[in-house]
Amino acid sequence: MIRPHRRHPLWLAFALHRVSGLLLALFLPAHFGLLGTALNGAEPLDAALAWTDNPLVKFAEFGLVFLLAVHMFGGLRLLALEFLPWSPRQKTLAAAAVALAAATGGAFALQLV
Amino acid sequence: MTTAQKSGSGTDTIGNHGTGEGADESAGSSAPGAALSVSVWRGGPGGGRFHDYEVPARESQTVLDVVSWIQQEAEPALAYRFACRVGMCGSCAMTVNGVPRWTCRTHVQRVAANGRLQIAPLRNLPVIRDLAVDMDPFFERWTAAEGRFHPGTTRHDPMAPVDPASPARREADAAIECINCAVCHAACDTVAADPDYLGPAPLNRAWTLLNDAKDEGRDAILDAVAGRGGCLSCHSMGSCTRHCPNGLDPMRAIAGLKRATALRALRGRR
Amino acid sequence: MLTPRLYLAQRLSALILAPLVIGHVAVMIYAVQDGLSAAEILGRTRGSIGWALFYGLFAAAVAVHAAIGLRVIAHETLGLKGRGLAALTWAIFALLLGLGLRAVWAVTAGGAA
Ligand code: SF4
Ligand code: SF4
Ligand code: FES
Repeated sequence: MIRPHRRHPLWLAFALHRVSGLLLALFLPAHFGLLGTALNGAEPLDAALAWTDNPLVKFAEFGLVFLLAVHMFGGLRLLALEFLPWSPRQKTLAAAAVALAAATGGAFALQLV
Repeated sequence: MTTAQKSGSGTDTIGNHGTGEGADESAGSSAPGAALSVSVWRGGPGGGRFHDYEVPARESQTVLDVVSWIQQEAEPALAYRFACRVGMCGSCAMTVNGVPRWTCRTHVQRVAANGRLQIAPLRNLPVIRDLAVDMDPFFERWTAAEGRFHPGTTRHDPMAPVDPASPARREADAAIECINCAVCHAACDTVAADPDYLGPAPLNRAWTLLNDAKDEGRDAILDAVAGRGGCLSCHSMGSCTRHCPNGLDPMRAIAGLKRATALRALRGRR
Repeated sequence: MLTPRLYLAQRLSALILAPLVIGHVAVMIYAVQDGLSAAEILGRTRGSIGWALFYGLFAAAVAVHAAIGLRVIAHETLGLKGRGLAALTWAIFALLLGLGLRAVWAVTAGGAA
């Protein structure tokens, strides 16, 4: 599992930021490729979108929104850490970033169903 | 002789100010006559393994006491380092139950999990033998980070006044009490992943010098910390700050270096 | 594994991306309400210079940001450095920028011409 010296909130925030960033980067080409099918009109895009009705894909979409939000809010915390006057409340801010991301993902999921 | 007697005693609290390290560890029991099960890593650069020892549990026992007992009573050839035994010299750091710690100021009671201790050499440094690691790569990084004073005046010049209340001096003061124990170096995963990375302690030292009104090496310092493996490699994961036994915050110091580096780059002076 | 210039590019692209991500997520939460359809997506974006600029900037910033992020991961986990690392960074940047702009073109101008 997580090695003892890593069991603290800011390390977990780091891991979340890295994993979310990596997954989002890997997802991007597929996302761009799907939208690119619209070059040939609406039908190919519709055909590709039909695939997104699958509940599993829907869940993955929720996951993607959460990853995007958590990478953004977590990244804003890091920008603030580096460029704004120092705040000693980094653990609280990291938790707030995750909470905001969960709320964003939740709002998206509510619209999906 | 009771456990209650020692809680709140002077030695227990001095030096642990401002750090949350170890707060989540379960307190082990140390009833009189009880024994600790201690695994100590023994070996050399080619590899090694854990050896098990039974060590009598004592009141107010530190992890260093345990290691010393093993060396004196059971394993005379055991290699380990210590000097001051009061948290000043920075030579006694080891990995205790997976966490890097200064062993002379770490009470067994606070870190033993069900009377068990696992003691290994510090991570991220080459092992010489048993619990003694080669600190050279650590100190070479201090040099590479320009972690030395850059005087600009001679004894014939007037002394530059230093205002203790100035923001720069406060930043330097907050970061200056480093004992070179390499606990942060061992805790940092970027040190583990990137052989070029200077690591938290040398960068923390560079930050104190950058904020020293008497240091004239500003450009040399920024050149050193902006380069490959410098402050820009830090991921602000805060393992350094979390585990620094002296309550320093290298993560914060490095953030300051990043800002100084970025500002200099923005002004076009790379 | 970052030069000051790469570091600035990474942080500036992040600063640009943050509001664009918020906008994008807001649009998505609104758009998925009654399921995704090509007609609905394209109806919003086709012929819109505003959306073309919005997503064009998004694609460019994300190409910069992801290329530098993946560069760091490649260095730390695969041990890549020097020319190989530089080549990988540029390749990821070019791939994401190309695919991204193609997708933006597809949903804003494609088919309309
Ligand atoms: S904050 Fe930076 S220096 Fe400290 S442990 Fe993390 S990467 Fe290492
Ligand atoms: S910063 Fe703290 S952990 Fe790191 S060497 Fe100095 S005293 Fe030890
Ligand atoms: S022996 Fe000197 S700090 Fe522990």
